[in-house]
Amino acid sequence: MSINATLIGQMITFTLLVWFTMKYIWPPLIGAIEERKEKIAEGLAAAEKGQEDMERAAKRAASVLKEAKQQSADIVNLAQKRANEIVEESKDTAKKEGERLLEAAQAQIAQEMQRAQEQMRKEVSALALKAAGQILSQEIDKAKHKELLGKVSEQLGQA
Amino acid sequence: MASEEHAAEGATGYIVHHLTPLSVGEGFWALHLDTLFFSAVLGALFIWFFKTAAEKATIGVPGTVQSIAEMLVEFVDQQVKDTFHGKSALIAPLGLTIFVWVFLWNFMDLFPVDILPLVAGMMGMEYMRVVPSTDLNATFALSISVFILIIFYSIKIKGVFGFAKELTCTPFGPWMMPFNLLLKLVEEIAKPISLALRLFGNLYAGELIFILIALLPWYIQPLLSFPWAIFHILIITLQAFIFMVLTIVYLSMAHEDH
Repeated sequence: MSINATLIGQMITFTLLVWFTMKYIWPPLIGAIEERKEKIAEGLAAAEKGQEDMERAAKRAASVLKEAKQQSADIVNLAQKRANEIVEESKDTAKKEGERLLEAAQAQIAQEMQRAQEQMRKEVSALALKAAGQILSQEIDKAKHKELLGKVSEQLGQA
Repeated sequence: MASEEHAAEGATGYIVHHLTPLSVGEGFWALHLDTLFFSAVLGALFIWFFKTAAEKATIGVPGTVQSIAEMLVEFVDQQVKDTFHGKSALIAPLGLTIFVWVFLWNFMDLFPVDILPLVAGMMGMEYMRVVPSTDLNATFALSISVFILIIFYSIKIKGVFGFAKELTCTPFGPWMMPFNLLLKLVEEIAKPISLALRLFGNLYAGELIFILIALLPWYIQPLLSFPWAIFHILIITLQAFIFMVLTIVYLSMAHEDH
């Protein structure tokens, strides 16, 4: 149990061991550990960033989709509206055309009627004149009553 | 250990034989060859293992050797960071060396008590004490080295004057100078002594119990030595850990300026 020179030998061994550890063992190992820690931290940060990017992209995609939907709905609405308009317009046009045709027809009818009336009047007056002529042929001298006859015939023509 | 005792037969003789170192030389210049040999071999083992790990150290996926080495390095590094608030290239490697080396010393305790002495006996060596930490020389060599470092750092950080002031003027002020000095000297000297004796005492007692168990009939031995060995796994780790932590604590105390 005595203390002896073994102590000195052990101290030398110990010093050598500590020196060696300090010089050749500790720095590379702790360096590797620290570096790996950094790498892992970087990796985790990158993963987190990727996740965030993905979320952001998903959000943007959703908003784009929503916008597109909105747009398509708008377009459909617009088309519907336009179609309605076109239908209305064509209805309008058709109605106007019809009215115009009707008016033209009516005008023609009126014209025809007038012409018929005119003709009838002429014929009636001619008939009346003829009748009156026949009645009066015995009594009226054509030459004598020319003025009167003309007046009557004019009045008839006017009626 | 007088030489008459060595010759004594029976239980006492057996125990004494197991606890006697293989030594050469006389008096102070005697050398305990077994202690020197085993601690050097274990030191070489330590260096070899960690050097292998350090050479192959990669920041990528570590192999088994590197993982174990890194676990220990990180463990020691954490202890140092928890206690020591400063920068020192020495303390952490010192802690690692102490922890692993002392652990390996202590681990020798788990070899069956008779195997290595038997082998040594076949090679013609009469005595063989295989656990270096049961040799006061080994434990004091560590603690005195640590003590020298404590003194060195105290003077380096605080200066000769600062250190002298701390020794004489604390904790009771300059008027109590002699008393302070006495108190401080006891405090400082207690550090290496308690470090060395704690490790030595634990391992010596543990080894002694293994030897006592080995004296019992063979059919009882496993019943006792097995639980004791399991328990001893805790003790050898704990003692290595305590030695390391106290070294770190003492050195960080030496770094602190009051």
